[in-house]
Amino acid sequence: MNSPATTAIEPLPTVKPDRLPLMLLPVLALVALPLIGSASTWVTLTFAGLAMGMIIFIIASGLTLVFGLMDVLNFGHGVFITLGAFMATSVLGLMTGWTTSTSLLLNLVAVLAAMLVAMSVAGGVGAVFERVIIRPVYGQPLKQILITMGGMIVGEELIKVVWGPEARPLLLPTAFQGSILMGEAAVEKYRLISVVLGLIVFAIMTWVLTHTKVGLLIRAGVHDREMVESLGYRIRRLFIGVFVVGSALAGLGGVMWGLYQQSVIPQLGSQVNVLLFIVIIIGGMGSVTGCFIGAMLVGLLANYTGFLAPKVALFSNILLMVIVLLWRPEGLYPVGKK
Amino acid sequence: MSEPLLQLQGVHTHIGAYHILQGVDLTVPKGELTVLLGRNGAGKTTTLRTIMGLWQVSAGSVTFEGENIGLLATPDIAQRGIAYVPENMGIFSDLTVAENMILAARNAKRAEDMDAKRLEWVFGLFPAMKRFWQHPAGLLSGGQKQMLAVARAIVEPRKLLLIDEPSKGLAPAIIQNMITAFQELKRTDTTILLVEQNFNFARQLGDQVAVMDGGQIVHSGTMADLAGDEGLQQRLLGLSLASHQ
Repeated sequence: MNSPATTAIEPLPTVKPDRLPLMLLPVLALVALPLIGSASTWVTLTFAGLAMGMIIFIIASGLTLVFGLMDVLNFGHGVFITLGAFMATSVLGLMTGWTTSTSLLLNLVAVLAAMLVAMSVAGGVGAVFERVIIRPVYGQPLKQILITMGGMIVGEELIKVVWGPEARPLLLPTAFQGSILMGEAAVEKYRLISVVLGLIVFAIMTWVLTHTKVGLLIRAGVHDREMVESLGYRIRRLFIGVFVVGSALAGLGGVMWGLYQQSVIPQLGSQVNVLLFIVIIIGGMGSVTGCFIGAMLVGLLANYTGFLAPKVALFSNILLMVIVLLWRPEGLYPVGKK
Repeated sequence: MSEPLLQLQGVHTHIGAYHILQGVDLTVPKGELTVLLGRNGAGKTTTLRTIMGLWQVSAGSVTFEGENIGLLATPDIAQRGIAYVPENMGIFSDLTVAENMILAARNAKRAEDMDAKRLEWVFGLFPAMKRFWQHPAGLLSGGQKQMLAVARAIVEPRKLLLIDEPSKGLAPAIIQNMITAFQELKRTDTTILLVEQNFNFARQLGDQVAVMDGGQIVHSGTMADLAGDEGLQQRLLGLSLASHQ
């Protein structure tokens, strides 16, 4: 056997992993500490920010992959959040006995049931949304923006038809209420649960993306979908799968957001939508890791500025996006698309 | 010439308002290496992309093993045993060399699922792939990326390889390695359709040759005939072999 290419072996350049964006999180937290002044308040705000960031990540992760795979800008993503949250009001409304019980197990079962139903319904509606609204406008960005925004408005109105236009309470189950003391800092139990749940979702997503063939295909498809098709894989099927999972995750995020706010309004999705796009733009569109860091930054900054300067909090995320894009115009972890 | 594996008859392709292929007739014989030559913009890359279904056929037929594949989707065409190495190599730079290869081996979920004997053969052709197995493909040099692109196309036996300008931008030493690898590949009776501008490279590999101009095939025959006829080279390609040596 010939070894024709032996002479072509040269050592590869060493490239250090890009950890700078990761460092933004501790830097932001440490900068906030002296400004806040009190360590206990800082701990409370940091957990609140992380919890908010985790929920935003769960919602936005599907959106960023949908864009990465097919360049689809889905401005209707918010409707799955609202749908998930309202489904939770119905499911938990039917299980009041379970949610008001002092049994942690019964509370957990009730919340898990609400999450599963919300994810299933949001995923199912996501499949229909992809078929009816997204598919006719593949490769037409302007039409995508217009029609998905239209889909969002129609979805919101349909939710009002089913559940009414008023805010609906979504109370935390008994065992999830209250706080845990960490030294002098009080951290709400639900925020801790949100952080843990968010980390679990991130870990599962990272594992799927790095240890399975489907994950490999998604990562490759985000980079160069034409080549993935040339290797014999149907990228559209993959996209539908990602869209449905992304919608289901948005539904899960909706339940978590609703429980975080303890009430749900039909405009929930359109309100959160702005944050989602800030997060995926900051992270680098198509990047799950970037989306995670972007979500954490947005969550932390919103809570710190909300405490330090409430008026600044209104535009702090826009300011964050401007600063990040001035530093890295394609986001924290740009996806090298073909 | 052996029986045709792939035949294009009167193929027209439009890209937007542009009429690129204007009735391409091309036959690729089974087990041989056919070179598609022509100047920039002649339609060579569009021909490969049309065969692969990446551009739609506007008129005419693309027949592979007796079946018209002209209107099939790209994944269906690939699943019939056609591998494509694009001009830009199509390497997934964020993925490792191993992950790039696993993707090309359609039934493999992990590296261990790949045909070990076949993989060793590929490593024999391109040892750099073994050495940099766990490295991100984006870190490879241009020549190594080209090797990975070809290695990916042959990691499983394919009936037809479509390869677009494998010598483009490569150093002469690496081009020579690539020629040796292709010669080894030819010994396995793999059918190859190779787009090339480097006539010296093409001459050393080609069994058959087709020359394109203005979206049409303007000459087809054996490579030996073209290589031995300087007048024909001058007329078709505006050069002679002597000018390449």
